[in-house]
Amino acid sequence: MNDKVTNILLVGVGGQGTLLASEILSETFMLAGFDVKKSEIHGMSQRGGSVVSHVRFGREVASPTVPEGEGDVLFGFELLEAYRYLPLLHAGAKVVVNDYRIPPPSVLLGQEVYPDDLAERIRRRFPDFLLVDGLHLASEAGNPKAANTVLLGAVSKRLEIAEEHWLAALHKMVPAKALEVNIRAFQMGRVL
Amino acid sequence: MDRAILSGNEAIARGAYEAGVKVASAYPGTPSTEILENVINYKEIDASWAPNEKVALEVAIGASFGGARALACMKHVGVNVAADPLFTLSYTGVRGGLVLVVADDPEMHSSQNEQDSRNYAKFAKIPMLEPADSEECKEFTRLAFELSEEFDTPVMLRSVTRISHGKSIVTLGKRVDNLPAPALVKDAAKLVMLPGNARVRHPKVEERIVNLSLWGGTAAINRSEIRSADLGVICSGVVYQYVREILPEASILKLGMVHPLPHDLIRDFASKVKTLLVIEELDPFIEEQVKAMGLSVTGKALFSLCGELSPGRIRNALEQGGLLAKVTSAPLTVEKLPPRPPNMCPGCPHRGVFYLLNRLNAYVTGDIGCYTLGFLPPLNAMDTCVCMGASISNASGIVRSLPREEQKRVVAVIGDSTFLHTGVNSLMEMAWNQAPATVLILDNRITAMTGRQENPASGFTLNGEVAPEVNIADLCRAIGIKHVVTVDPYDLVATRAVLEAEMQRPEPSVIITDRPCCLMKGECRFEKGKILAVDQNKCTGCKACLRIGCPAIEWQPASDGKKGKAYIDPLLCTGCTVCQQLCKFDAIN
Ligand SMILES: Cc1ncc(C[n+]2csc(CCOP(=O)(O)OP(=O)(O)O)c2C)c(N)n1
Repeated sequence: MNDKVTNILLVGVGGQGTLLASEILSETFMLAGFDVKKSEIHGMSQRGGSVVSHVRFGREVASPTVPEGEGDVLFGFELLEAYRYLPLLHAGAKVVVNDYRIPPPSVLLGQEVYPDDLAERIRRRFPDFLLVDGLHLASEAGNPKAANTVLLGAVSKRLEIAEEHWLAALHKMVPAKALEVNIRAFQMGRVL
Repeated sequence: MDRAILSGNEAIARGAYEAGVKVASAYPGTPSTEILENVINYKEIDASWAPNEKVALEVAIGASFGGARALACMKHVGVNVAADPLFTLSYTGVRGGLVLVVADDPEMHSSQNEQDSRNYAKFAKIPMLEPADSEECKEFTRLAFELSEEFDTPVMLRSVTRISHGKSIVTLGKRVDNLPAPALVKDAAKLVMLPGNARVRHPKVEERIVNLSLWGGTAAINRSEIRSADLGVICSGVVYQYVREILPEASILKLGMVHPLPHDLIRDFASKVKTLLVIEELDPFIEEQVKAMGLSVTGKALFSLCGELSPGRIRNALEQGGLLAKVTSAPLTVEKLPPRPPNMCPGCPHRGVFYLLNRLNAYVTGDIGCYTLGFLPPLNAMDTCVCMGASISNASGIVRSLPREEQKRVVAVIGDSTFLHTGVNSLMEMAWNQAPATVLILDNRITAMTGRQENPASGFTLNGEVAPEVNIADLCRAIGIKHVVTVDPYDLVATRAVLEAEMQRPEPSVIITDRPCCLMKGECRFEKGKILAVDQNKCTGCKACLRIGCPAIEWQPASDGKKGKAYIDPLLCTGCTVCQQLCKFDAIN
């Protein structure tokens, strides 16, 4: 094991499930034998605001938040939010984003427009970029609510952690009745 | 041994369990709320919500006086409310160990100010421990109870958002089982604080803080890590982790106890390094004391007094101060994007009320809860917000300064939990002194902002057991308010009529809105209505429905230069009908 700490950022809109996804990541890394720290904000921003969770793993992790500009992987649940947090990444970072738009208040009111070229803009800066049609794939897996798990599958392929640990974490964290669909969704993400 | 990934809050709950705590009391407040919500996993602890922080601390004090180990938890501003018992508790000391957990919120992620609680420890002359990760949260909680009993003092444990809501790996231990059984013991000289007794106790308080400082000089939680002799950093809590990240070569004096400070240890550390820094969030709490010791040290000359620190902020400050070589390349920037502030949920019963307050040109003295979001556009219907309970007393004061015509515009808006927290005192004042303002109590049957905790009017305890409910309308009448009306906030016509009538009234009156929070699941609380849709043929694009700022309603501009139309997202709509009532063209059905 080398000393390098891997930095992951999960970004989206409050209520989208970033917290659960970051729990599954942390559990996986612990099962794989790493030190793990994570940080997130509950409270006010959970009311539909912009949210970011930090997850870090390695032999030994000090700060629970990712030092600015050192993010290795961005796990985006929503396009605008993914774009907003790009400055937290280093130039060679991997970016996996759900192809999903949630209009913020000013856009709902017709005062501002939701930029329509965000995916291209991200790709221009981060060549290692994957846009995932999470909703569609999750529906194929059996439940549109498993979109986050499809993305998780895609993120998992970009981290050097054995599949067994991911599956063990899913078994532990996902309620029994939703497990089958989520495992399917996860596997669909892994082939992207 | 068992290991688990725990948040700081979960680890504090675990620490309380392992320390043999018998009684725990708290009032919710971000980022402290989850401590008590996790304490209920341990059946050995009697845990309950209190209506406010003063009561929570007093419940814990009572349990301590009975001889049990007791825990009280609150956010930083909660200590303001609990300050009265806290300062005298410092004099009485404890019987069973007592720990007050306070969670600060540097950067104000979810708070109205970012006061630094370390000042309270100094002010009340009691020790304060500050953990730097979840493992320390658990261990320091255990240690705090031991210290409390050994030194006959309440102990504060300070967390911050990044610790409370950060997670790291914790090794789980066993619950201590050799504590003395609680029992009533008469000890008036210690527990009855009248001048004669308090005069005897005060010198003990002063002596205690000196002894604690000496203890801190040898305690393992104050740790001197000598690496480079060039630079030494004194720090504590989560900042320690950032410093390890950014200055891996620096020597560090990591303080686990931030009050009182271990003077000899600090002097010894200072003597071993060429340059001495204190890196701390918010106030120069440690820095000023180190300076008062006559040592040369740099702190707030480099680091901001405002907001939280982060690895990047520390790196930037050190680079600017010439203490770190500039290695960072220019950071990536992105162009200005539409902001995404928090918003009331679709179907929130507060939304229509704020729309009406806006239309009626009310001057709204506000309060703290989800409804504070009513100040945001397009509702723009809150004019003041100071602290919990202040809406009513602010209204009472403001009407006294105004001519009659202006008085009519003043409406105090407060949630059910906040009303029972401290608003009820303010209403007594308003009734007693007959201040002619209107009070709107938004009763959504829960403490929504902090994540849906029960309160004295919600009918359940922390553990979900059925409990007597405060009848808010009867309470207001008992206080002396003659006009108390209950309305359905989804019914805009009726609510508007009542608001208009009560705003005209030249005496105090109370309007209670009665609709559950739309996030409350189960137990026949919130029920969705028929999901609504915009009839694209009838919609004239007048934008009336957009004026409530519902996240389910989106303006869709037309591409061909024609007028756009509104669209309702069926996945978000809860069928509250507020937008439907605003549509003059019968286009929402
Ligand atoms: C002294 C103090 N304690 C706790 C808090 C945290 N807090 C913010 S709002 C709130 C309660 C909100 O509940 P309620 O008044 O019922 O309004 P709702 O959010 O349900 O609309 C609490 C506990 C605080 N800001 N100040």
